[in-house]
Amino acid sequence: MKKILIANRAEIARRIIRTCNRLGIETVAIHSEADGDLPYVSEATEAVLIGPNPVVQSYLQIEKIVEEAKKRGVDAIHPGYGLLSENADFARKVAEAGMTFIGPSSDIIEKMGDKIESRRTMIQAGVPVVPGTEEGVTTLEEALQEAAGIGYPLMLKASAGGGGIGMVRCESEQALTQQFVSVKNRAKAYFGDDVVYLEKFIADARHIEVQIFGDHHGNVVHLYERNCSVQRRNQKVIEESPSPDLPQDVRERLYEAALQAGKAVNYTNAGTVEFIVDPNNEFYFLEMNTRLQVEHPVTEEVTGLDLVEWQLTVADGGELPPQDSIQTKGHAIEYRVYAEDPKTFFPSPGTLEKLQWGEGARIETGYEEGNQVTPFYDPMISKVIIHGTDRIDALSKSQTFFDHVTIEGVKTNIPLFKEFIRSEEFISGDYATAVLPEWMEKTKEEHTL
Amino acid sequence: MKELKASMAGTVLNVLAAEGQAVTPGQAVLTIESMKMEIPVEAEFGGKVEKIHVEVGGFVNEGDLLMTVGE
Repeated sequence: MKKILIANRAEIARRIIRTCNRLGIETVAIHSEADGDLPYVSEATEAVLIGPNPVVQSYLQIEKIVEEAKKRGVDAIHPGYGLLSENADFARKVAEAGMTFIGPSSDIIEKMGDKIESRRTMIQAGVPVVPGTEEGVTTLEEALQEAAGIGYPLMLKASAGGGGIGMVRCESEQALTQQFVSVKNRAKAYFGDDVVYLEKFIADARHIEVQIFGDHHGNVVHLYERNCSVQRRNQKVIEESPSPDLPQDVRERLYEAALQAGKAVNYTNAGTVEFIVDPNNEFYFLEMNTRLQVEHPVTEEVTGLDLVEWQLTVADGGELPPQDSIQTKGHAIEYRVYAEDPKTFFPSPGTLEKLQWGEGARIETGYEEGNQVTPFYDPMISKVIIHGTDRIDALSKSQTFFDHVTIEGVKTNIPLFKEFIRSEEFISGDYATAVLPEWMEKTKEEHTL
Repeated sequence: MKELKASMAGTVLNVLAAEGQAVTPGQAVLTIESMKMEIPVEAEFGGKVEKIHVEVGGFVNEGDLLMTVGE
């Protein structure tokens, strides 16, 4: 592999360029009009203006991206995360154009992207799955009938959904009736597919996922787990590895189930098997993400590996190392710094007038001081990853770090981190997915956000 | 005549009121998408919608005029 095009933007584009530079691989960056001044554009070997600001007119322009890649003689395309990273049509077109798609095959993406199909596949493979409907539900009458069998509360979800979009918790028949058409409409608008299904709601659950990798020689390995239970609006905010408060035998059963899931679909490249774990440590498969994830640095910090390099190696036909050669050391925590109001979570686009990070953390950011954080894309401006000898050390380093960060020009969730990481709820390590909203509600009179 | 202005930059996702329609305070009249989040814009005052100054798919900056509402 001599030259790759990165079909993405900002932080992840910059991250991929860094590994490519180290390996002597040339890079082609694509960018919209709004992103022309971001650092990744000048850091790539070549840059192409792909279109206007809305993603549908730029970063989601499949034909145009493939055409540019061919014109520039690239060997492979890295999709990053989000955008086209789990678009089977894109993966297929890249392969048809004679280039390598750095990710799994289009068939795997298709199978795992359809949540109903992926649930069915995992049931057949013997992986525990959240109880729910085995087919999509098309009418409200059908949904109410199925729901009576599953019981309330339950989750109404879009089969093609992701990123916390297209899923709603329903407490009762009345709530399901109210939400049914709305979720179908949102699913259609966001994912082009209005198929929905029902899943039992598992109370007080932790969101724990296992990083896996597969190669083209039939090997599948796991790279341990990440706890992603600190969320707002069903989207991750803080991730850590290893997961605190998880018995070792449960941890090992999770790895086994993740490998079982990967082997069931002959998985290749980087993937993540997401589970929910209930208070009794019973776990259930949620979904498989067929890409590198935002939180991959957590795994990199504890394993000492470069997962982007692994992706390139596997895509190029290389073989994975044996499972027992992959070890972990210490504890890592990742914080997603969003340009948003720390209290309301409302977006806060603007100019980064000041951006001073300080020492003691790995910073993965797509922005520099003076850049615009525009309203067109995701609010994430940076990831802060802190590694410690153990969780106490990582927490202590986190507290010191956030006390010395200065960001001006946009609101961020850093004030929230400063208070939350000192809370008993987070420090205990014994927390479920509702921890952040519950803590905010409990402390609303006290905090100074 | 009262003016309803955008509280943040974003793309107009949909317009939920029509010119000539009566609106009440707190009623959602528009949805703006900013940073992948859908934000409902509510009427701050009641009255009859005189003019809608934006269209679906259009981009607005913070402070841009969205609607004028008569008494």
